[in-house]
Amino acid sequence: MNLDFSPEDIAFRDEVRAFIAENYPAQLRDKGSDREDLSKDDFLSWHKVLAKKGWVAPSWPKEWGGCGWTSTQKYLFGEEMARADAIPILPFGVAMVAPVIYTFGTQEQKDRYLPKIYNGEEWWCQGYSEPGAGSDLASLKTKAERITGDDGKEYYIVNGQKTWTTLAQHADWGFFLVRTNPEAKIQEGISFLLIDMKTPGITVRPIITIDGGHEVNEVWLENVKVPVENRVFEENKGWTCAKFLLAHERSGIAGVARSKRGVERVREMASVEFGDDGDNLLKDADFKRKVAELEIDLTALEYTELRVLASESAGKGPGPESSLLKIKGTEIQQRLTELALEAAGHYASPYFRGFPGDGDNAHPIGPDSAHRTAPNYFNTRKTSIYGGSNEIQRNIIAKMVLGL
Amino acid sequence: MDFNFSEEQSMLRDTVASFLQDKYDFDKRQKLIKSESGWSPAIWEAFANELGILGAPFSEELGGLGGGAIENMIVMEEFGKALVVEPYLGTVVIGGGFLKHSGYAGAAELIGGIIEGKVTIAFGYAEPQARYNWADVKTTAKKEGDAFVLNGHKAVVIGAPWASHLIVTARTSGGQRDEDGISVFIVEKGAKGIVTRDYPTVDGQRASEVYLENVTVPASALIGEEGKGLPLVNKVLDEAAAAACAEAVGAMRKMHEQTLDYARQRKQFGTAIANFQVLQHRMVDMFMNVEQSVSMTYMATLKLDESDAERAKAVSAAKVQIGKACKFVGQNAIQIHGGMGMTEELAVGHYFKRATMIEGLYGSVDHHLRRYETLSFGKAA
Repeated sequence: MNLDFSPEDIAFRDEVRAFIAENYPAQLRDKGSDREDLSKDDFLSWHKVLAKKGWVAPSWPKEWGGCGWTSTQKYLFGEEMARADAIPILPFGVAMVAPVIYTFGTQEQKDRYLPKIYNGEEWWCQGYSEPGAGSDLASLKTKAERITGDDGKEYYIVNGQKTWTTLAQHADWGFFLVRTNPEAKIQEGISFLLIDMKTPGITVRPIITIDGGHEVNEVWLENVKVPVENRVFEENKGWTCAKFLLAHERSGIAGVARSKRGVERVREMASVEFGDDGDNLLKDADFKRKVAELEIDLTALEYTELRVLASESAGKGPGPESSLLKIKGTEIQQRLTELALEAAGHYASPYFRGFPGDGDNAHPIGPDSAHRTAPNYFNTRKTSIYGGSNEIQRNIIAKMVLGL
Repeated sequence: MDFNFSEEQSMLRDTVASFLQDKYDFDKRQKLIKSESGWSPAIWEAFANELGILGAPFSEELGGLGGGAIENMIVMEEFGKALVVEPYLGTVVIGGGFLKHSGYAGAAELIGGIIEGKVTIAFGYAEPQARYNWADVKTTAKKEGDAFVLNGHKAVVIGAPWASHLIVTARTSGGQRDEDGISVFIVEKGAKGIVTRDYPTVDGQRASEVYLENVTVPASALIGEEGKGLPLVNKVLDEAAAAACAEAVGAMRKMHEQTLDYARQRKQFGTAIANFQVLQHRMVDMFMNVEQSVSMTYMATLKLDESDAERAKAVSAAKVQIGKACKFVGQNAIQIHGGMGMTEELAVGHYFKRATMIEGLYGSVDHHLRRYETLSFGKAA
């Protein structure tokens, strides 16, 4: 056994580090830790730099722009991105729909969609969740009926409602799970459709979350006409694509590298905030203890992830242990925002979004580091809910790992 | 031993509850907090004239209802259930507390004003560098003849945008964190030299950064004894903390109730999620947290008139219990509501936000644990 990275891996890490240092857009510095305030242009400007370098989609097959990196290299790349507070590449196009398209799609679909996802020309959103479905994803109700149009071509007419659709307000395209056979068992009548978000009948309505942000939306589909060639894989076999995609979604959900950076930020913050005795908070025994405990839990998670990574490198796919990474990773993310909130003291309270006369850009009250602590704390409650709630993940471990 | 409320106290609770149900439902409250001023002077006037509750803890000679801390507790718990933003805590509990306990010459007149709804008070005690140490005061009050001249910066003064008067701490002598040398002053908010920057808070209230720039006040603005203000501040903020615990109890009761309702009607995998044992146990733990918080709130409220040390210990114990419970009940209320709990449209998220702010109000869990430890084991060497 050996904890060291190989000299090649270290050289690779240095190359990535240098590239980010030299090429990360100056106007985005300091923005990477506050994702909710990012504009479409913010996301895309960094995406485009990485696309030009050939690093935007390391996992893709080489013919479409993948890097052929080892799991360790992908891990190191993620570490360096987080270390620099770089804006993460949005997953909906690159990490979610693209793997479905290159794995299950036709040649025409690959040619049509993959290059535009790669270049950031088309922004994607995910139409999975529905009101009342939640973690019980297969209970979806949005239906698609097949018709022959006046032009003699075949279409699906889609009706239903999706929810929690992240950043749909910017999306050009969406991938949707729809029910094409209501008679079949719930997982067997589902199809996977690519839908142009400009199609008549689609309405995107904002959902404002308790932090005051607009990150998610409701998407209403009323008689939306979708050409049959926009279906990926066979009719009624969409659940295969969905399961494949969910496995992709769960890898990387631990967010270890981002949390390591988060711990650093809490330490930086505590080193400027005052404790009760007038000294800085990092000298406060109680606060220090909590940061130390968090760091230790994060180290445990990091080495667990590295073990999973090593077994993946040895050819084993991500199994139910990804549920462990999701549970522990999101709990740590939540504790980090709790600590930041505590560190801010009285100055956690001032708030500027969504009130009359106060634009989003109003100068913050109190220290800059305190400014977003409460909204971040509230927003981060979502992490134990989305992507299959942590209760569901524990059920998965109970069933799949422990055989209960 | 008797934990029952008197007939008058039960009536007070019923009156406040039914008024709020009628006039302060969630939608009305949401409109109110997003309005330009962020509060309702009309509601405040109704509290004064229709309900008479602004006089709840004041003696009958002063025009009040003759109650005390228990009446504050009752009102604040109901306010917690309705997420009332109007400044009862700042005006009646804190402002009224200073006036009652200090032997202040102008007390009767100002208390009369509070009861009639004409005087509203905000208390500036924290400073940017002070965290939860009320003795850490950089604001100065220099004596000039019969007057004092105040200079300094008071941080996050809750309710200041709505206040007719400010009460502030200022140093008349001593070094920055000395316990001696702190004095308490009451100033009209419109006084020359008071500059405020007003803003909303995450839990729907309004606050200000208050800058005192050569504010000249007469000697009669001094509340209590010059330089001996800290024990008074501690007493009043302990009363405020106990009242905030009651408010948190109200908010937690609602979060628990709403979570039970939601879990009963929300179906997943073909059954109500209330049938899942893991969620049942979580809701049981929420219940136990709420009940323990009720007990601690009663205990602390009933000990507010004990010796300084007894009172402080009781309040810190309650504040630790309530702070932890706010976190547990709040986080699980959101978790069990799932995505819906994350939305602005449901009330549960707003209770969670208020409860989260109460966690840190008048001292965090860590702060009160330390104070409790010191009171019970002595100061660390």
